[in-house]
Amino acid sequence: MPDTNMTGPQAAPVRLPPWLARAIAPLPLAPLQPALALMLARIGRAHPDLYDRLGEHADKRFGIAPTDLPFAFVLEPKPRRPLARAVRTLPAGLDASIHGPLSGLIGMAEGRLDGDALFFSRILWVEGDVAAALALRNAVDDARIDFGAVLLGGFGPLGRHLADAVWQRLQGASAAPGGRGWN
Amino acid sequence: MELICPAGTPASLEAAVTAGADAVYCGFRDETNARNFPGLNFSREELRKGIAFAHRHGVKVLVAINTFARAGSFGLWQSAIDDAVAAGADALILADLATLDYAASRHPAQRLHVSVQAGAANPDAIRFYVESFGVRRVVLPRVLNVTEIAAIVPETGCETEVFVFGGLCVMEEGRCSLSSYATGQSPNMNGVCSPASHVAYAERGGRIVSTLGGFTINSFGKDEPAGYPTLCKGRFAVPTGSGYIFEEPVSLDAAVMLPALSKAGVTALKIEGRQRGRAYIAQVVRHFREILAAFEQGREVRPAGLAAMAEGQASTAGAYRRGWR
Repeated sequence: MPDTNMTGPQAAPVRLPPWLARAIAPLPLAPLQPALALMLARIGRAHPDLYDRLGEHADKRFGIAPTDLPFAFVLEPKPRRPLARAVRTLPAGLDASIHGPLSGLIGMAEGRLDGDALFFSRILWVEGDVAAALALRNAVDDARIDFGAVLLGGFGPLGRHLADAVWQRLQGASAAPGGRGWN
Repeated sequence: MELICPAGTPASLEAAVTAGADAVYCGFRDETNARNFPGLNFSREELRKGIAFAHRHGVKVLVAINTFARAGSFGLWQSAIDDAVAAGADALILADLATLDYAASRHPAQRLHVSVQAGAANPDAIRFYVESFGVRRVVLPRVLNVTEIAAIVPETGCETEVFVFGGLCVMEEGRCSLSSYATGQSPNMNGVCSPASHVAYAERGGRIVSTLGGFTINSFGKDEPAGYPTLCKGRFAVPTGSGYIFEEPVSLDAAVMLPALSKAGVTALKIEGRQRGRAYIAQVVRHFREILAAFEQGREVRPAGLAAMAEGQASTAGAYRRGWR
């Protein structure tokens, strides 16, 4: 989580190539479910303050939709029984959903990218209960979660190395989004 | 000049301290501050720990209790003041006369600053705060140009702080009721402009449409940079056409004005954005720390690189050099 060492402008998140999305589309989602459950359990144990910051929104159902993946995630942070699962498409009835490229969503969740800046640049958007989405963003931003370490930490230094490599790959071709002057 | 930086969470406070803030400003998780957003702000314990962390790094913490107390609920504001003092706040940022009077009376040794929310835009108003409550600094409203600031500074009898980056309030800071009309919640009393609970986004015909309290306030075409869902930056149909009639979605960036602000005698430069993530905090604070260092060393100030962080992906020097007012 080297966010405080950033010196350059916010990097634009890299979108996964369409061929990759097509290649993984036929794969079953079942193997993802235990990894998601493990990750959520680890986050809950390591960051109990996250629920305090989520407040009343902890019991809501969130959709996380990477726009460059052929599947999405449903997240129910509930402190007593947190749930996360991968789905082909987001179901109806969610309280809020957050949409954007995978690296943007991860970068925002890890505090490397600013959510408002991603929204301003139209890279990320929110549907449904905006207050719930905002609470989730702020709670996760404060929690300083290293998703790579959480997911791959069980594999020791090798897992950590792999997480770093994946992140570097996602950031590899990034460039700062442009801006236009005004007066 | 001091660099005053925002923090909406403990993680952001640490990011601001690490990035080079001279002081960090923050608020409690309730209606007593003007960034009362979901998932944001500090518990009493978090503030105490945050102040301890900042002080270990030689950084001050200013606590914003800058909304206007509602009749019958003054205890909430009183306890915020008492608890911030007890936590070791280096200064309280206040706007309401009642909170200023309470803080000055109950905690006479506590340093007090006048919030931008007070809208103190002339020497007489500022001197009133200095003489009545002993305030040591005023945060000037974002409606003054540099010439006006230079004229005000020697007349105030206290330090002055001005915004140099971030979201802009237009026209009537601390007095704006646009959001109140649409949502029933006041930014000045409930601490939240355009409350997220009243904001909705929907896709219509390929455009993202934003509504506040059921009122459509803007829509953005594909790839068109977006802004916050505030009425002051909404698009309206008026007899002469349609578009932005108050202000465009744009952020203040007064980096090029630093020499002029220094010459005007300004004490401190403030970055807006307690509602932003720690990536914004780290990047913007580090950017302005580098610019300030360059300026103080007599090197050329070359501000660049924050457009991606700006509302609407665009920046303005704001009133500092606006001529049409």
